[in-house]
Amino acid sequence: MTAAASNTILQTRNLSKSFKGFVAVSGVDLKVQRGTIHALIGPNGAGKTTCFNLLTKFLEPSGGQILFNGVDITAESPAQVARRGIVRSFQISAVFPHLTVLDNIRIALQRPLGNSFHFWRPVRSLEVLNPRAMTLLAEVGLEAQAQRLAVELPYGQKRALEIATTLALDPELLLLDEPTQGMGHEDVEQVMALIKSVSATRTTLMVEHNMKVVAGISDRITVLARGAVLAEGTYAEISAHPDVVSAYMGSKAGHFERGAAA
Amino acid sequence: MRRLWMVLVLAAAILAPAVLYPVLLMKVLCFAIFASAFNLLLGYTGLLSFGHAAFFGGAAYVAGYTIRELAWSPLAGVAAGTAVAGILGWIFGRLAIRRQGIYFAMITLALAQLLYFVCLELPQTGGEDGLQGVPRGTLAGLDLSNDLTLYYVILTISALVFVLIHRTIHSPFGQVLKAIRENEARAVSLGYDVDRYKLLAFVLSASLSGLAGALKVLVFKFATLTDVHWHMSGDVVLMTILGGIGTVSGPMVGASLIVTLEDQLADKVGALVTVIMGAIFVVCVLLFRRGIVGEASAFWQRMLGNRNSPGI
Repeated sequence: MTAAASNTILQTRNLSKSFKGFVAVSGVDLKVQRGTIHALIGPNGAGKTTCFNLLTKFLEPSGGQILFNGVDITAESPAQVARRGIVRSFQISAVFPHLTVLDNIRIALQRPLGNSFHFWRPVRSLEVLNPRAMTLLAEVGLEAQAQRLAVELPYGQKRALEIATTLALDPELLLLDEPTQGMGHEDVEQVMALIKSVSATRTTLMVEHNMKVVAGISDRITVLARGAVLAEGTYAEISAHPDVVSAYMGSKAGHFERGAAA
Repeated sequence: MRRLWMVLVLAAAILAPAVLYPVLLMKVLCFAIFASAFNLLLGYTGLLSFGHAAFFGGAAYVAGYTIRELAWSPLAGVAAGTAVAGILGWIFGRLAIRRQGIYFAMITLALAQLLYFVCLELPQTGGEDGLQGVPRGTLAGLDLSNDLTLYYVILTISALVFVLIHRTIHSPFGQVLKAIRENEARAVSLGYDVDRYKLLAFVLSASLSGLAGALKVLVFKFATLTDVHWHMSGDVVLMTILGGIGTVSGPMVGASLIVTLEDQLADKVGALVTVIMGAIFVVCVLLFRRGIVGEASAFWQRMLGNRNSPGI
């Protein structure tokens, strides 16, 4: 790690959000290093998803700054942030349910074509995107489902479609909000492998509850509690951190041990 | 299959004046345009406007005034009405689009009511009387005062509009609209400025609604407060829902049905017609959620599904 500054892809300074007096996020200083998988964990209500919404500007921060590649993006709109290369997923699967799987991917691919306002052009003009779309679908094992409606897919495949759609934008920074939530055991393994492989060429910041996933693939972990950063470090460091253990207490501390064993 | 249907419908429309009264047919066409334009917004963008009478009626007044008072040609008058509706749509859209759901509907309704009172008070619009006796004039040597001639002119324009709407729905822009309807937050997270897409959809919908209103002036030779009244906004919602939200032909079917029913019932039951329409609406919402065309195509899909399923 040489010049630390240029290695930082995303940085927040004193990021805060309060809702009518309730402080959801207070003074968070977060630094995400380029090329790492960074996990954001914490008990329920710690402000993880709020943090995500602030970073992607789905919520307006009450105070503080967000820097992406050294550029202040605090004042930008959610769509602008997305176009800069910060693309997020959502806690519940975010697909376009009544479009086909192929159309879902093409929605992500078509914007750079610059014809998205062309209401007089036939939809055939999007067919140039098909080879790229099919490659992306093949990467997540959905190529056989291309003509099905997204709503008909089982849950695990919807999440896979969502990840493929996100990858279609080739984001520099991937924000995943609980990517394994609601998944069965085998699906979790698959998604872990998928995240690991797609993160090889980019940076990933994820909110995750499943300690096995956190322990298994993240390079660095930030623990939030009551809206503030409680600890930061590698899995070994934070699981030995006395504040973290006491914040999680009881069963959650057990989670840590099981995660470490896995 | 789809092409065959289109040819059949077009053939039926060309032959229809032989059996049906051309003025009624023209009215059906105008409302079919209006409902299809409305559906572009409700069915394909997920925005429920309750102020579309403003575009329909506003354009009707502009067309009526330019043709009768300024002696513009009918085509120029209709074009002026359409353009003004588009501009109104841009203004309404800018103000309403930031809000969602019921708030969006309420803002569009409020703005439309504002326009209603402007039309009531302005000296140019003829107040309670409206603009009466708008001449149909001639178009490229064709005498439009002949019902049959005007019918074919309006049929041609309608066909072009339906092609345009069909194309818009099946265009790169239409794909983005559907994405916004399906999951707006996701569309934003993929980098789309959804407000700009909604605004263009709103302007297109308003312009085409205006075209429908302006054509209606040529048919009936008048523009009145009925055209800008909120009842008109309600009627178009009813037609679209009855025919099938988010289906290409649904609004046309809904418009044909409602206009024909109103026409047939008007002399027979008088004011009861509103009650009957209300009852149809309730039945439709309770039993045919997807509207006539939506239910029919779902039924057709089920039949196909059954036929294709292994029945050995």
